[in-house]
This record gives sequence, structure tokens and C-alpha cells, in this order.
Amino acid sequence: MLPLLRGLLTTLKSMAEKPTTVSYPEQKRPVSARFRGRHVLNRYENGLEKCIGCALCAAACPADAIFVEAAENTDEKRFSPGERYASTYEINMLRCIFCGFCEDACPTEAIVLEDNYELSFTDRKQAIYTKEMLLNPVPAQGKPTPQQVEPGVFTRSVPEMKDPTD
Amino acid sequence: MPKLVNLTINHTRVTVPEGTLIVDAAKEAGINIPVFCYHPKMEPVGMCRMCLVDVARPVIDRATGQPVLEADGAPKLSFGPKLETACTTPVSEGMLVVEDSPKVTAARKDILEFLLTSHPLDCPICDKGGECPLQNLTLGYGPTESRFDFADKLHHAKRVPLGELIFLDRERCIQCGRCVRFQEKIAGDPVIGFYQRGRKLEIQTQTQPGFDSIFSGNTSDICPVGALTTADFRFGARPWEMEAHPSICAQCAVGCNIVFNTKREARSEGGMAIKRVMPRQNEAVNEIWLCDKGRFGYHYLQSGERLTRPMIRQNGELVPVSWETATDTIVERLKTGRSGLTVLAGGRLANEDLFNLKRLADAEHGKTLFYTHMGGGDLTGQVGLAPGSNLATLGKGDAVLVVASDLHEEAPIWWLRLKQAAARGASLVVLNPRATRLDDFAAISQRYHYGRVMDALAALFAGEAGQVLSQAANLVIFFGSEGLGVDGSQAVAQACANLLIRTGHTGRPNNGLVGVWSEPNAQGAWELGYRPAKNLTAELAEAHVTLVAGADPAGDDPALAETLQQSEFLVVADLFMTETAKRANVVLPALPYSEREGSFTSGERRVQRFTAALPPREKAHTEAMIAARVAARLGLKIEESLPVVFEKLAAETPAFTGLSFDRLAETHPQKPLLSREDLYYSGTAYENTAGLGCTLALTGSPAEAEPVTPELPAPVENALLAVPITRLYDRSSTLVHSSSILGQRMIGAEVWLNPQDAAERGLSAGAEIEIHLKSANWPVKVVINADVPAGAALLPRSVGIPAFELAALEI
Ligand code: SF4
Ligand code: SF4
Ligand code: SF4
Ligand code: SF4
Ligand code: FES
Repeated sequence: MLPLLRGLLTTLKSMAEKPTTVSYPEQKRPVSARFRGRHVLNRYENGLEKCIGCALCAAACPADAIFVEAAENTDEKRFSPGERYASTYEINMLRCIFCGFCEDACPTEAIVLEDNYELSFTDRKQAIYTKEMLLNPVPAQGKPTPQQVEPGVFTRSVPEMKDPTD
Repeated sequence: MPKLVNLTINHTRVTVPEGTLIVDAAKEAGINIPVFCYHPKMEPVGMCRMCLVDVARPVIDRATGQPVLEADGAPKLSFGPKLETACTTPVSEGMLVVEDSPKVTAARKDILEFLLTSHPLDCPICDKGGECPLQNLTLGYGPTESRFDFADKLHHAKRVPLGELIFLDRERCIQCGRCVRFQEKIAGDPVIGFYQRGRKLEIQTQTQPGFDSIFSGNTSDICPVGALTTADFRFGARPWEMEAHPSICAQCAVGCNIVFNTKREARSEGGMAIKRVMPRQNEAVNEIWLCDKGRFGYHYLQSGERLTRPMIRQNGELVPVSWETATDTIVERLKTGRSGLTVLAGGRLANEDLFNLKRLADAEHGKTLFYTHMGGGDLTGQVGLAPGSNLATLGKGDAVLVVASDLHEEAPIWWLRLKQAAARGASLVVLNPRATRLDDFAAISQRYHYGRVMDALAALFAGEAGQVLSQAANLVIFFGSEGLGVDGSQAVAQACANLLIRTGHTGRPNNGLVGVWSEPNAQGAWELGYRPAKNLTAELAEAHVTLVAGADPAGDDPALAETLQQSEFLVVADLFMTETAKRANVVLPALPYSEREGSFTSGERRVQRFTAALPPREKAHTEAMIAARVAARLGLKIEESLPVVFEKLAAETPAFTGLSFDRLAETHPQKPLLSREDLYYSGTAYENTAGLGCTLALTGSPAEAEPVTPELPAPVENALLAVPITRLYDRSSTLVHSSSILGQRMIGAEVWLNPQDAAERGLSAGAEIEIHLKSANWPVKVVINADVPAGAALLPRSVGIPAFELAALEI
């Protein structure tokens, strides 16, 4: 008799509890601080792209998911600081294993695995995210790329890292 | 045999010839001593101090002159007070070299820290990153942290064009001087140099146009940092992303060994594309060098204008059809034709193509003709270079004769090799109507009047030069076609062959006759029995079915264009819609050599194999396959697979006996040792793992014959003598298509005049005029050059003006 009552008590208790079901997609749960979701390509405050097309992310990627092709910046048509920018940048999300190695390899902190986990495709082509899809929107104070800039200002490709352990 | 010296490096005992430098001795022992400024192809200068090692030498008793012995009987060694540079110190008997002691390690670390005090370390965007000696050595031996802030370092504007091909990054330069020394000592073009001193030191170009040298690309290979980048490759790919495909340069008859580096490319819609051409070591051919034409002229291979579909002429228009239809059309014609097939092939085709086309023609009672502007190849097959030849082994006591050729323009790497041979003591004799860059190091240089080459040769052989040539231990003769047509160069070749036979300089390594052809496989065509027609116009007019492959006769000569226009049935296999193809009944898209395998025979008679660098992009076939398919439809059996074709070729052609693709792929260790791991030693040239090639055996019994001298054109009142010459940056059958990167150096239709002739006619340099040649007018630009003999008007070949032999020209 006692075990039965104990069981019923559990049932009663859980009836009073709040339901844990989240009604996705209207409602979304926050992700943990170190969550690794879909990548974004960051921009500087002035709108220039952080990515310099060095392809170190592609080299680090164990799944060979990244394809980078570089081209040369000019002050009339500047995409990123320094001489080089990514003219093509693609990640195949079907290949990606979300290990975050690309993020580690990046010398400019351009590529970051962000919170977005909503990746679904109806065909393989859709799984390839191009640079336009990955780039963050231009910040309020910035201008879109390519920009026409004053000559000789943006000469440094790799920014100074305040804290290399960060 | 030089004296051998025993020494110990770390704990390894090594025996090397006397005079070897410690770095090279260590390399033999498998010990890599890091270097920056040292390069095994150049004299050491000891500028960078990266190679410091600790050296001990046996103590010699001054009284007895004998080594002092330790108690245990071993010779007593004494270390020097300071570290020594391994790149400038030759080995000596009993020496002990220590390169792994804490003292040496500390020295290396300091040198690297010092170099990095003004280095930007922008490896992520540096073209050298990934194959950079400075990167590798810093990781291996350098400090882990920099005591210098980026802001404290030296800063310069990043991209300084030295010329239109090479860019300099002054921040990255470590002032090793390799580039300057290469240009001065190896390329013989001291066009770049150091400016300023100390930290301010920078490389500057001293010519207008900048970095005016046809070997400039090599400096970017040997630069131990990313200071020199090529306009062609800049940011093209990271080194580790590229595949390496061994191949052969097809821009001239030297046959330089190359690697095509390929990578996927967005511009090619995700397809593979050639990103750069790199040298591949072959000490018997190009060592580790390439000329700029070979390095930057490959773009035609992946041009968007390439033919993609077979086409046949219907109602006067060429319309795309399937291969089956195209083949059917040809086969039908061959079946109904009254007499066989005339094949006209150029020296751009591979051996396998030429062989298969010949078999098809033979089976169809046809004939094979070689499309060339230069004769004498039958003789190079008999008295050419024998197996075992290597221009790098010519030296004291040997002689080289160059007749009617500007090697610097026509075959740059041969020029380079002869320069070195002359430096080693070989006597170079040059016979040319005008001054060329060969004169810089020729022992004897003689001139003659255009059209008088045979007399000049006779006089040369009879004179002092004749003595030098006939008494030489080894004699190599290069003959070209400056101012000569097929018959003229045939006569020159015969006269040279006679001398070789008469003086016993045949059938031995390092002796013989070499033709300076302008196509990569002209020698192969001769060896396979292709011969130029006595009268090409007549042959083409008579032919019933004509197949033109790898040649554009209509583009070269309007008279031939006229004949081909009238031809009964013309089939053209080519990469592009050439003038000849425009007149064809059937046009077949051929595969460029970068998308297939095969072999070329170089002017030195070395058969070398190339492999496919890219998958075949278009619906194109090799000429060998075209021949095989047509044959199959005619009920004949001709092999399609290229290795099998080559085997068959080797079995049926005496000179090729015993050769196979496998034989061509054999390698043996070469000196200096290169390896892809220690890029700092000799630059980014590739090690040769794909084959050094084989020299053909000599066939036939050479006999002297009377040269048949062609007649000179009848003198015309007030006319100049039109002289065809060959230039490097032409639009020839070899460069095929203008490469945008070389665009500024490419020449157009021009006429070279002596200053006086120009003045008499009131012409200034750059003037656009019309010349009257072969009863037609041609627009050209005037170039005034003091080296042009009076009365001559030099016309570069293959820019559309039909100058093939001497002719009268009016302005
Ligand atoms: S997260 Fe990992 S697998 Fe995905 S792209 Fe980055 S490196 Fe490649
Ligand atoms: S590592 Fe960073 S900068 Fe380099 S290509 Fe990748 S995202 Fe761009
Ligand atoms: S030269 Fe070498 S070390 Fe210097 S930035 Fe380039 S890759 Fe890095
Ligand atoms: S440019 Fe390169 S090869 Fe020339 S001195 Fe500088 S580091 Fe040396
Ligand atoms: S000093 Fe020896 S390699 Fe530079």
C-alpha cells in the first residue's frame, strides 16, 4: 500500500510542476555561453570585414568544409584592412562538425561560431553558406564594403591582439 | 678526381671532395644547417649569419708539422674562438663541426630575433606563408616571443612594383641578396640592386621598364621570404592548398621541367585551375630555373576561348555537332576520296599524336608533312646529342658554336647554360649577323651579311675559330633560323653536320648538332619521320583530304590561307578557332597538354613525359585519340591509350628503342640536393620525382653531303632586305594566345631598322607605317635598333607578317 501511495504522490507533484516543453519556434531557449552554432563573419566598427582571406580556417578545418579564395584590396575598393581580402568565402554546413577549429585558427577573429542552430536544408546546394550569408550586418556607424578609403590608413591586415589568451 | 677530405659533423663521419663547404657536407650527411643567404647555385657571401657553427680543427705541432695527439692517441682538436659561418668555410681534414651545441643554438636564436626586429610577420596574407624559410626556421630555431612591438618595427608601403611582373614588400626583405646575386651572376642581368645601408637597405630596380629581365620570376622562388611576389600569383592560393602535377614547359625547344600547381577556383565555377608554374629540378635541362615566358605564359591553356565542340560546315556555316557526326563526316570523305589523307602537323603535338596521325595517314595511302619554318631536323637525328649529354658538363677544352640564332630570345635557358659553360672555360663561338646577348661571353664572335651565311661558315671553319672548334674535346653546335627559311637553315645544318663529322664530333655524349626550334616537340616530329614539304602550297592544293593539327598555316601566310580556302576537304584539330580552322570543313577541339599525358622530345633530343594537371574540361580529344577513332571507323586498329601508343612508337621507331613511360619516369639523385622540407636551402623549386627523361639513341650513319644553298632574292631598287627573326614574347604558335600578364612585353607587328636607314626614310621610332612585302601591304610599327645591319629590315616571326626567308621589302 505504501509504495503505491508514494507513487501517486510523485504523480501529484509533477501535476503541479510547470511544463518543460518549449513551444519552438515561437519560443527559443538561450544557449550556453560556449555554444557552437552557425558561423558568422565579423566586421569592424567601420564596416570593414575582419576576414583577410588567409584561408587558415580552411587549413584548420578537419572536415574540409571551408573554401576561401583571396584577392587584392585597393584603397578605392577596400573590403578589409591590409592587402588581402576574401573574394569568395563558403562553408558547407553539411560537412561542418562544429568543432570550432576555424575560430581558433583565425588571426583576426573574423570567423566565430555563434548561437544560431537553425540549419535545415531541402537540398545540398542550400547547405553551402556564401560570404554574403555569413557576413554580419554593417554596424550602425559603419559603411558597407567595398569602401573607398583614404590611402595609407588601413595597412595592417592582422590587428593587434590585446590579450592573446582571450 | 678531387682529393677527398674526412671530417665529423656532430657525430657523423663524412667524406667529401676537397673544397666542399661545410653546409653542403652536412647536407650530404643528412644534417640540415639553416641558411638564408647561401644558395647552392651561387657563390657564398656570408651575409646573414644564420649558418653559424662551432668548428674545431686538429692542432698541428709547428716543429714537426704533425697533428698533436691526445693521451689516447686521437688527434687533439681545438675550437676556434668564435662561431664560423658554415656557408663560407670549406671543410678540412680531421675537422669537427658541431651544430647542435647550446652555443650554436643560442646564436641561431639571436640571429632570428634580430631578423624579426624589422619583420612584419604578416604570414596570414603572405604568399610565401606555408613554404617560407623564415617561418620554418623561426619555428625550428627562433625565439618564441618577440621583444619588439609591431609599432616599433620598420614600416613601409607594402606593395612596390619592381616591374610589371614582380612586386617587392620591403618590410619582409631580410637583405640576403639572393635576388641581386641571381640577377647579376646567373641571369647576367644586373637590373636590381641594393640601395642605402643597414636597416634602410632596400632593393631597387635600375632599369626602365622596371626589373627588365626575362628570368625575373626565379627571384621569387629563391627569395627566402615573401618579399618578392609575382603579379601572376599574388594571393592566388596558399601553398598547401595546391596540387602539384609534373609537366614540361611547351614554350620552346628546351623542354624545362615544370610543375603545374592547381587548385579549385571560384572563377572556374569550382573546377580545378592552374594557379602557377614552378620549376622542377632537372640538372641536365633547366636545373631549377625557368624563363618568364614559361612561367607566366601558360594562361592560354585555360582560356575561355578554347574550342569546346566539334563543328562541321553546313551551308557555309560551322555548326556544332557530336563527335560521332564529326568522325562520320571525315570517315565518309576518306572512304569516297580518290586518294588518301594529307596530314600537316606542327611541332606542338606530342610524340603520341604525331605517331598515331602518321599511322592513320600511312594506312590511308596518305602523307605526313611537317609544318615548320626551319629545316635540318633530319641531321639532328643523325648527328645530334647522344645519350649522356649534359650542357652542364661542358667546360675547359670544349667548344660550342652558335649559328644564326639569338639564344637569349629563342631559348633562354640554353643561353643561361652556355653562359655557365663559358664561365667554366668552354670556348663559345658565335656567328650571327647582328650583336646578341651571346656576345657577352663569346670567345669569338663574327658577323656576316644576311644571305651570306654559307660563305661566313666556310670562312669561319677555315680560320682561327675552325681550329678552336675542330680541336675541342667536345663540340656542340646550335643552329637557328635568323634570316633563314627551311632551305637556308637546312643548308646551315648540313654545313655544321659536315664539320662535326669531319672532326669526329659525332656519336658521343656532349657532341652534336642542336636545332633551335620554336616548338616543344619539333625534334620529335623529325625523329618520327615528319618532313617539311618542298612546296607546301602545291601539296595542299593537290590534297583531297587535309588534316591540319597543331599548326596555323593560314594565320601565318595569306597565300596558304588562299590555298586552304580552296581545299577539297579540310579537317583542323586545334585549341582555338585559328585562321586555318575558320576555313575548315570539320573543326575538332584538341586537348591542351595540361589536360592529358604524353611526351615531348626536346631540342637536346631528350624525351620527357608530362602528366595531366587538370581533368579534361571541354569535350576535347587528343590528336592521338582522333586518329584512333577515325581509324576504328575505317576498320583499322590504332591504339588510343597514350602509354600503349608510346610503347608501340618505341617498338617501331629505332631511336626510341627500349623507351616506355616508365623509363621516362625514372629518376636518380641530383646535385645540389633539394628537398621540399628544407625550403630554405634552394628555394621553392620542386624536387624531381616524376622522371628526368631519356635522350634518344642516334640512328642512321651520318655522312657528309654538299649543302644546297638557296638562292638569294633578286635585288630590288631602293628596297630593304626583309629578315625573319624569332623573339621571345611573340604570339607564336608556342605562346598561342596572348597572356594578359605578359601583355605589356608582348610584341606586335613591327619592323626593326638601322638608325641610318630609318633616318634616310624619315622614320622615327614608334611610327606606324606600311611595308610592302610579297605584293601586299602590312601595317607595322617602327623599332630603331643600332644592332640591325644597314639595309636589313628585321621582322619578328608569327605576328601575322609572312616573312619566312629573306625577301625584298619596300617602305
Ligand atoms: S567548425 Fe570545425 S568543421 Fe566546422 S567549419 Fe569550422 S573547423 Fe570546419
Ligand atoms: S582564418 Fe579568419 S581571416 Fe583567415 S580566411 Fe578564415 S575567417 Fe578569414
Ligand atoms: S616572409 Fe615568411 S615569416 Fe615573413 S610574413 Fe611571409 S610567411 Fe611570414
Ligand atoms: S628580396 Fe628576398 S631574395 Fe632579395 S634580398 Fe630581400 S629577402 Fe633576399
Ligand atoms: S651567412 Fe651562411 S647562410 Fe647566410
